[in-house]
This record gives sequence, C-alpha cells and structure tokens, in this order.
Amino acid sequence: MAATASDSEITKSDKYSILLPTYNERENLPIIIWLIVKYLDNSGYDYEVIIIDDGSPDGTLDIAKQLQKIYGSSKIVLRPREKKLGLGTAYIHGIKHATGNFIIIMDADLSHHPKFIPKFIELQRQHDYDVVSGTRYREDGGVHGWDFKRKLISRGANFVTQLLLRPGASDLTGSFRLYKKDILQKLIDSCVSKGYVFQMEMIIRARQLEYTIGEVPITFVDRVYGESKLGGSEIVQFAKALLYLFATT
Amino acid sequence: MTKLLEWVSVFSALFAVWYSLIGGYVKHPLIEKNMTLILISPLIFVILFGLYAVTVVLYRVFTFNNCEAAAKELQEEIKEAKKDLHEKGLRW
Repeated sequence: MAATASDSEITKSDKYSILLPTYNERENLPIIIWLIVKYLDNSGYDYEVIIIDDGSPDGTLDIAKQLQKIYGSSKIVLRPREKKLGLGTAYIHGIKHATGNFIIIMDADLSHHPKFIPKFIELQRQHDYDVVSGTRYREDGGVHGWDFKRKLISRGANFVTQLLLRPGASDLTGSFRLYKKDILQKLIDSCVSKGYVFQMEMIIRARQLEYTIGEVPITFVDRVYGESKLGGSEIVQFAKALLYLFATT
Repeated sequence: MTKLLEWVSVFSALFAVWYSLIGGYVKHPLIEKNMTLILISPLIFVILFGLYAVTVVLYRVFTFNNCEAAAKELQEEIKEAKKDLHEKGLRW
C-alpha cells in the first residue's frame, strides 16, 4: 500500500515540458498551441510549452507573445534566441529552462498532432520507458501528402537502416518523442551530428546506452503551410550518418 | 562491438566455410557433386536477398497508410482553432 501511495505521489508531480523550436512558423504556431492546450487540458497532465524561436523574420515571436497573453505565462514560456542555431542547441536551450521532469519534442509545422501526446505519456507510465518515440512505420501510423517517390525513399532508407543498425525502434528520423529529462540531456551530450540526422543518432545512442524505448504509431500530415524539405543533400547527409553510426556504434 | 565489426565477423565466418569447401580442404562426394552450386552460392544468396529486399520495400510502400482521415480531421481542427483564437483576440 505504501508503495502504491508513493507511486501516485510521483505521478502527481510529473510535469511535461513540450519544446517547440520555431523558425518562420507564424501561420502554424497558434494552431499547434491551440491543439496542445485542447488535448492536454483534457487529459489533466501538468505541462508547459517552451517556444524557442530562432529570430524568425516573419514575426513568429510576436504571435507567441500574443498566445502567452491568452493562455498565461505558466503554460506558454518564451525562450527566444537571436538567430538560427540548429536543433541540438535549441533542445539544450529548452532543457535548461524546462521545469518538467519529462521533455516532449515535436515539430511546430502541424505534421505532429498533439492528440498523440497523452498516448505517449500513458505508454511511458505503463512501462517506465526512458524514451517514447512516435512511429510512422507501424500499425496505424502513416504519412499524408507523400507521393510514390517520397514513400519509396523513406521505406528504402528505413529498410537499409534497420538492416545495418538494428536500432530497436522503427522510426529513426521522426522527431516526435518523449524523453525523461536527464536522459535527453545525456543523449544530446553523446551526439555528434547536426541537423536532420540528429534524430537518428539520438535513438541509436539510446540503444547503445541501453535505455528502454517504447513506440506509439502516429499519423504524420506533411506540412500544411510552408514547404517540406527532402532534397539530395538530405539523402547524402543521411547516408553519411548511417555509415558513421554503422562503423562507430 | 560495433555493427561494422559484427558484420565483418559474420561474413568472415561464412567466407571461411565457403572457401574451405571450394578449396578442397574438406573432402566428401556430396561436395564434389555440387561444386558448381557451391561456387555460385554467394551469388545466389545475394540475388535472393535482393529480391527479398525489393519485395519488402515495395510491399511497405504500397501499404503505407495515407492517413486521409487524419488530414481531414486536422483541416477541421484548423478551422475551429482559427475561429476560437480570433474570438480570444489573436490577430495574425
């Protein structure tokens, strides 16, 4: 009984800090915040959203300030930076200011739907996972707005990666994840790559450090506003990172 | 052990077995009878694996969920959000 009581104490004090790195997301930011508030207020979990805007010229920060007025500064926290400095450092910057013991990372471009966050949290609690990753490649997961070529590249790259690295997670390049805060810090410290392949290295390092990983199938709706990025340089970056991790982990 | 080393060790072991068979280090009538097959067996393996890979990848491409319902739901929610945020005084 005593154990159960203390467990529920811990559960009660759990707080989830959602990190939203933004760059020119003026159109999307209000919607994503609205959706986060809708689904998390409903679920009753304690949370905060940390918006890390990298000096967007489109005035994303002004919109963020308006949203803070609407929803309150305990829920919406603004931690802007002067200029574009990359994803890894954005997370470090966010963690520093996060008051939660769990960190949720997601894109602000509406491709990641906040309705999955309560599912991440439930799964984490059931198994005490160190990391919960959203996956587009399993069960009801999927992607909207991709043509045949894009799907082929994605599935092909995923097949090769699974074969070479056996990472114990089906979606390596996705960036919709929940981490225990101290573990995210350790993972970031052990990662060397930058940009788009950073997400892949994070999950590979998690396997290497023997952290437990859970997965929630997610639907990924490719950018509603703005442009989607996958070019030749991304594929080269991906291949390089794959070989690097193959040889070193 | 890195993944690269794992691959190198497994392939070295397989190569050693194959080489001992074609090099005549192991003698058995069955081996001599199937020498051609043994000689080309790595090639057969590569072809079969290639077919397996292509089949799996194509199957997964064609069964990749399109999430039409999720996209539609999101569009509805965007409309709802815009309306609600406008009422709350957000201008953008």
